[in-house]
This record gives sequence, structure tokens and C-alpha cells, in this order.
Amino acid sequence: MKNFSAYVSVLLLGMFAGSALADVTLLNASYDVARDVYKDFNPLFQKHWKAKTGENIEIKQSHGGSTKQVRAVADGLEADVVTMNQANDIEFLADKGLVTKDWTKKFPNNASPYTSAMVFIVRKGNPKGIKDWNDLAAPGTQIIIPHPKNTGNGRNTYLSAWAWALRQPGGNDAKAQEFLGKLLKNAPLFAAGGRDATTTFMQRRMGDVLITFESEAEMIAKEFGKGEFEVVYPSLTMQTEFPVALVEKVVDKKGTRTQATAYLEYLWSKEGQENAAQNYLRPRDAEILKKYSSFFPPVKTFTVDDVFGGANKAFATHFKDGGSFDQIYQSK
Amino acid sequence: MSRKTHRVLPGFGLALGYTLVYLSLLILLPLGGLILKASELGFAQIIDIALGERSLAAFRVTFGASFLAATVNAFFGLIVAWILVRYPFPGKRFVDALVDLPFALPTAVAGITLATLYAGNGWLGRFIEPLGIKVAYTPLGIVVALTFITLPFVVRTLQPVIEDIETEVEEAAASLGASRWQTFARVIFPAIFPALLTGFALAFARAIGEYGSVIFIAGNLPLISEIVPLLIISKLEQYDVLGATALAVVMLALSFILLLAVNLLQWWAANRHKNDEPLEVAAGKASGATV
Repeated sequence: MKNFSAYVSVLLLGMFAGSALADVTLLNASYDVARDVYKDFNPLFQKHWKAKTGENIEIKQSHGGSTKQVRAVADGLEADVVTMNQANDIEFLADKGLVTKDWTKKFPNNASPYTSAMVFIVRKGNPKGIKDWNDLAAPGTQIIIPHPKNTGNGRNTYLSAWAWALRQPGGNDAKAQEFLGKLLKNAPLFAAGGRDATTTFMQRRMGDVLITFESEAEMIAKEFGKGEFEVVYPSLTMQTEFPVALVEKVVDKKGTRTQATAYLEYLWSKEGQENAAQNYLRPRDAEILKKYSSFFPPVKTFTVDDVFGGANKAFATHFKDGGSFDQIYQSK
Repeated sequence: MSRKTHRVLPGFGLALGYTLVYLSLLILLPLGGLILKASELGFAQIIDIALGERSLAAFRVTFGASFLAATVNAFFGLIVAWILVRYPFPGKRFVDALVDLPFALPTAVAGITLATLYAGNGWLGRFIEPLGIKVAYTPLGIVVALTFITLPFVVRTLQPVIEDIETEVEEAAASLGASRWQTFARVIFPAIFPALLTGFALAFARAIGEYGSVIFIAGNLPLISEIVPLLIISKLEQYDVLGATALAVVMLALSFILLLAVNLLQWWAANRHKNDEPLEVAAGKASGATV
């Protein structure tokens, strides 16, 4: 539905607004909650590009679930660039030949201009004293998470808990799976998506802890008030990346390679990094990270590449049919 | 010696051609594509996917909840339709318009609203949860969502049929000595039964495919509250289009068999009724009087 309305709005925008004024038009296919980030970023780039080259550039946005967006691009949505929240979605485009195989090398930092971390949101005063992943598996604690198999947010939570269990003394895959089994038993439901989980926790008051992106915490503060909850940083959590890539086939066809590349590179500029920080996404630029350090307390993180040997491998081992998640739900 | 029948309105050929093209484009083409795609998998593989523990549980939840929802609506929808047709009351038009709302409301909105209502702190949930009845995030929640979504089908199919039954028929039955129950069971019910079945079948079919509202209230726990459409989405998340089509085809086949059964039952009911006596005679019989 969201996807569809995004298309429609893109179409309408194209028909009524820019095209006549713009020399070049770029389409950025992006994940759902990236709206705010790019709404602020696009005008910055337009100004920058106009000053540098004198060219008027128009940027259209298409938002939707990451996997759905990627499938739309594979099916012919002419996006010049994709800005996603999961590496395996871009890998899918690489497999289809739309994106170059070594896309992670085309831009700095694994082609991810900013990051976030999975954190715990607990009720005010932290009545259950939740500090780390093992507290989530304790009897009597209820956790609220989106579906671990079907949503990026849920998968990040699952992998974070798994990595934490692996790093415990004597930790191994079997123990990690057992730990996840206990932890998932504490989930009274699997929410349909990240925002649905937030609503269930904050508005319907279910559960003792919500696990979500650090950047979502600020959204919750805006929506529900700062005094309603606390953010808890576990001892180890996933550094989530937001990879970007050029859609080679489209930029070659449209002749927009220069502009599209510049657009993505600009995400790493001071302005781009500052914009990310203002949207509560951890910038890669050390200086800007320091400037906004009050937003971003230090946290020990791992990357999917470190622990799981890449996004594709992690997906195949844990979330494909018959993977570790399904095994947990096979009757004993 | 052509046996061509004369029709009052011309254009039968054109209309038939149009009907066939329209149905082919809208229904047969997508379904054909689906089946073609699924045929890349062997029959054995499709069955394998459908008979997995998770899929079996999901099929049970989907068809069970849909059946319950359609049954609930068949019963209460009948009452609503009866009231709306037979009794004048203030605000009747408004109530009548309300019935269509579930059609107009985006299903995701319906799901989120119902989940909020029935959650432990919701307007309804706070009263029924202390009684030990949990609706939100349980299979019962699925039934509630599906009942909401499919309400108009039964009411809207029954209304015109009930309008066609003249009150005189009831009066005739009564004047011939039929009890109230006899009048309902032997006179009215046989006349509306085929339409009731149609409404039931429509509601049931709609419920099976429903995704948008259910995922927000179901809880989506494996083996407990996962519906088949969720498993299909889950396969698409893995870029496993083949697996998704396999599940879809099995769902389609099951739905088709069930709908066919309902249609046969309906045909049987309608025919039995047709070969029977006209209503007035039935009215007489119900009362035991000789005609």
C-alpha cells in the first residue's frame, strides 16, 4: 500500500512539479523510514550541485519496505540509486546484474554513509532492571519485536542476540540457538513491522522491552514524550548499516552516472554527515560524531561481516526456510 | 431450420466475446501465470512445501478462522439483513450505510484499529482480558478481524432476497395455522438459504486471502497464529518466488474445492426448492393443512 502510494506520488510529482524546470532528474529508491533523512538531504545536494555545475537537478523519492523496493527496481522501476537498510537487498540487485558485484567497494565505509545500533527501549525507571540480552530471556519478561524472519528490524535483533550469546564464555552456535529459543519464548507476538512494534509497546503498553534502532528512540520521544521511556545500551549490539549503490543499468541508460555518483558521494560530505546526525543516525565522520556525542553514547558493536561472514551468509543460515529461526519452532 | 432463439436485445455475440476477454484478462491470465510458475516445481515438491509443519499449521489457522468468521457472519448477518429489510426504525439508512464500511476501509487500518481496541489497555480489551479472554494477538483476533472484513458479503447478498419475500407469505402461513418457528423453518428459511450460502461462500473466500488486517492483530507466532498469506510474504522476503507460488497454488486449489462444494450445495438447495411447491403451498403444508 505504502509502496503503491509512493509510486503514485512519484508519478504525480513528475507530472506536475519539477520536470520542466530540472535539467536532470534522479530517482532514489529507498527504505520506509528514510523519508526524513532524504527529505532534508535532497535540497542540500540540489544547492550544492547548482553551485558547482550550474545544473538544476531534481530528486524524486520512492519509499517502501526495503525488499519490496529492491524487487520493484529489479522489475523495472528506473531508480538511479538505491539507498537501503539491508546489504542482502542490494546483493540481490548485484545478482541480477543491475548493480556492480563489488558495490561495497565503490564508496567508503562498506558503502554505508551512516549507521545505527540495536538498542532496548524500556519503561520509565526500568522496573524490570533490564541491562543486557540475558535479561530479555529471563522468565517473566516480555519482549516486543517485529517478525524476526520477515522484517529487517527483527532480523537485526535476532542476530544481535545471537552474537552476544556467541561471545559469552563457552559460547557456541548450539548455545546461541538455545538462548534465542528462550528469548523468543518471551515474545507474546511478532509485530508486522518496526513501527507496528513501537505502537504495540508505547501505545498498547504491551511488554517490558522493545528492541529497535537507536534512531527510532528519538522518533518515539517526539511522538510519545521523552519521560515515557528509557534507552538501554546492551554490552554488545549490532552496528546496522544503511548501504547505498548506483543502479548501473539505469544510470547508463539515462546518462545520469555523473550526477548519481555525486549524489551518493555527497552523503559523506560534512553537510550530508551532519544531516544524518540530526536524524539520529551515527555519522561516519569522526568529527561530526564527536559534535553530536550527546546523541550517541559509546556502545560496543559488531558488524554482520565480523560475526556472520556477510549479510547473505547470515540470511541463509538463520532466516531462509529451515534456517536457525525455523529450527527453533520445530516441535521437539 | 436454424434454431436460433430470438432475443429482445441485440448484441449477444459481442457481449459474450467481451465477457470472455474480460474474464481472461482479469482472472485467467494472472491465475495461468501463477500456475505456470508453480509448474516449474514438481507436484511432489509443491506437496512437500504445503505439508511442512509450519505450513500445515498456517493452513489450519487460515481456513479455520475463515470458516468461523463466515459462520458467525452467516448467523448475525442474517439477523442484520432481516432487521434492515423488515423493520422501519429511525436512522435506518445510516445503519444500512454502515454495513458497507468494512469494504471501504483500508484493511491495514481495520487491523490496527481492532488491535488497539482489543489490546489489554484498549476500550474493549480492558474489560474482556480480566475475564480471561484474550483477543488481540491470538487466533481469536484473526477471527475478529476476518468477521469485520467479511460482514457486508452476507448482509448485501441477503437483503434483496428478503425483500422479495412478501409479508403476505408469512401471514398466509400463520393464517393456515403454522407456528412462528414453522413459518421460519419451512417457509422463509428455504427461500433465503441459497442466498445465505452465497454470502457465506463470498465471505469465506474473501477471508482466506485476507492479509492486511490480520497481520496487525494476529501476533504472527509460528505454529500458533501464522496465516498462509504471511508465509507467502515470508517466502518473498527470501526472494523465493517459487515457494511462494507453490503455497499460493495449494491455497487456490483448496479454496476452489471448498467453493465448488458450497456452490453444489447451493445448487442442490435452489433446485430442491424450485421443484417444490410455490411458497404459498409450502405455507399451507407447514401448517399441516390440506390444500
